[in-house]
Amino acid sequence: MSKAMTKLRCTVALLLGLLVLPAFAQLTIEITGTGASRIPVAIASFEGENLLPKGVTDVVRSDLERSGLFKLVPAPGALGETAAVDAGEWKSRGADALAIGTVAAAGDRFEVRFRLHDIVKAAQLGGLSVSMSAAQNRATGHKIADFIYEKLIGEPGAFSTRIAYVVKSGPRYELQVADADGMNPQTALSSREPIISPSWSPDGTRLAYVSFEQKKPVVYVHSVYTSKRIVAANFKGSNSAPAWSPDGRKLAVVLTKDAGSQMYTLNADGSGVQRLASSAGIDTEPTYSPDGAYIYFTSDRGGAPQIYRISASGGDAQRVTFDGNYNVSPRLSPDGKSLVYVTRNGGRFQVALMDLATRQTQILTDSAKDESPSFAPNGRMILYASEIGGRGVLAAVSTDGRIKQKLSVAAADVREPAWGPLPKK
Amino acid sequence: MNKIVPALLAALLLAACGSTPKTGAGPGATIEDRTPGAGTSSSDGSIQTITPDAPTGSPLAILKDPRSILSKRSVYFDFDSYVIRDEHKALVEAHGKFLREHPEIKMLIQGNADERGSREYNLALGQKRAEAVRKALTLLGAKDAQIEAVSLGEEKAKNSGHDEAAWAENRRGDMLYSGEF
Repeated sequence: MSKAMTKLRCTVALLLGLLVLPAFAQLTIEITGTGASRIPVAIASFEGENLLPKGVTDVVRSDLERSGLFKLVPAPGALGETAAVDAGEWKSRGADALAIGTVAAAGDRFEVRFRLHDIVKAAQLGGLSVSMSAAQNRATGHKIADFIYEKLIGEPGAFSTRIAYVVKSGPRYELQVADADGMNPQTALSSREPIISPSWSPDGTRLAYVSFEQKKPVVYVHSVYTSKRIVAANFKGSNSAPAWSPDGRKLAVVLTKDAGSQMYTLNADGSGVQRLASSAGIDTEPTYSPDGAYIYFTSDRGGAPQIYRISASGGDAQRVTFDGNYNVSPRLSPDGKSLVYVTRNGGRFQVALMDLATRQTQILTDSAKDESPSFAPNGRMILYASEIGGRGVLAAVSTDGRIKQKLSVAAADVREPAWGPLPKK
Repeated sequence: MNKIVPALLAALLLAACGSTPKTGAGPGATIEDRTPGAGTSSSDGSIQTITPDAPTGSPLAILKDPRSILSKRSVYFDFDSYVIRDEHKALVEAHGKFLREHPEIKMLIQGNADERGSREYNLALGQKRAEAVRKALTLLGAKDAQIEAVSLGEEKAKNSGHDEAAWAENRRGDMLYSGEF
C-alpha cells in the first residue's frame, strides 16, 4: 500500500471513529431516595410557553425533583413574569417558593424571562432573561433550575453539566457524553476494544481516557467538540489512569516504561514526561487536589492497596487510609475537604467518604460492586458505577447518604462515569 | 541487531497483504500517532511486523503447530501472586529459547486480572503478571527490545463467570507473537 493510500485510510478511519454520533441507548434516571426535608416549590407554566415546540418548565420541574431536595407543589395555569403574586394563596397551597415566567417570540428566536418569588418572606429572589432558539429549551430549563437551586440551597446547581461514561453492548464499547439528566447522549468514541478511566479537562472541552484499541492501554486526549484527539501517552508497556491538573495544563498518568506501575506527569499534548514518585510496588489512580498542591493515589507499597498523598512536585508520600486492607480509587470533593474512595468491606466493594480534617469515615452505599466514584462539580452528589442483577449501572448518592439515584441504559452495561465541570459563568 | 531482517520482514508483509486481518480492530484503531517518540519500540529502528497467517516453512509455523509446546501461550497465576508456577516453567522456557533463537521476532505479553475491585488497580495487577513472564523470558535469553509487557487488567475476561474457577482462569499472562495482536 502506498504511503498516500495509508494516509488516506488513516484519515477516513479517524473520521469514522471520532465523529460524534447520536447514541441509541439513553440513560434513564430513577430516584431511589430523597433528602430528609425537601423544599416545597411551585413552578407555574410560563405564559406563552405554548409558542415553543417543546417546553421549558417541564425541564425545570424534573431537574428540581430529581435532585431529591425539592418537592413540587402543583401550580395550575400559566403565570407571566410580571404577574402579581398572592403570597397568602401560595402559602396555603404549601409552596415556599414560586417560579413564574414569560416566553415571547423575537424573530426566529425566543426570549424567556423568569422570576423567582420567596413565598415565606413575600419577597422576590431575582430572575433571568434568556434568548434562545426553539431547540435550546432544555439548556434554558437547566439554567433556570440552576438559578432556583442556588437561591434556595445556597450552592451552585449542576443541572447544566455533562457526564461521560462507557457503554458496553455486545462486543462494542462506546464512550458517551450526555447532559447530567441523561438526555442528549452522544458517542465520542466507538471501539471493539475496552475504554476506561475517562477524565474531564477542567474547562470541560476535553476528555482524557485509556483505550485498548492498540491491544494495550494507551492514554488519549480527545476534544469532544471538535472530535480531534491525540495520543498523550503511548510508551512501551501500559499507559493508564490519566488525571488533569486543576489548571488543565498537565496530566498525571501511570506508566510502566521504567519499572512497575509508577506515576508520571506530562503536558496535555504528551510532551515533557517526568517521573513523579518511585516505589517498589504499584502506584496508580492519581488525582489532583482542587488547589493543585497534592496528588492522592492508590499504592500497595505497604502490602495492601491503600490511599496515599504526595506533593504535586514529588517528595515523600503520606498514608491517608488506615481502616481495612483494600482502599482504592480516591477522588477529592471540589472544596478539597473530603475524600471519596472505594473500600472493601467484608468482601463487598462500597463507596466511602472521609472528612480529611477529622479522618471520620462513613460508608455511603449498601451495594457490593461499587467502582470509580467521583464528585458532582457542586460537591453535593457522588457518581459511581455499580452492578444490579449482573448488569453495570451508574448510581449517585448524596454526601449525607440520603439522596440516591440509579442511572441505567436498557440492555447494556454502563460503567466508568465522570461528571464534567460547571459551565463558565 | 536487526540489520539482517528487512528481507524477512518484506516477505512477511507481502504475505500479510494477501489476507484479511483476523481481528478487526474497530474504526478508531488506525489513529495517526502524532506524539514524537510515542511508538512502542522505535529506538532501535525496527519495524513492527504484521503476519496474520504465518506461511508454512517460516519459523513462525511451529508456533501454530498444536503438537508443539510453543502453540500454548497462557501462564496462570494464583490469587494475589505474581510467581510463575512450576507447571508453567517448561512452557516459558520453550518460548524463551524460541525468542533467543529468533531475535527478529517480537512478542507482546498481555497480563490479566480477575474482575474484583478497581479497574485501574487491576490493570496494575495484570501488569505485574506480564512483567513476571517478561523477566523469566529475558533470563532465558530473549532481548528486551523483543518483548513488550502490557496489561489488559480485568477488561478482557477469558471466562465471564463470577466464581473462583472463572477468576483463576482470568489471572493470566498471554504470550502473543508479531501478527497475533
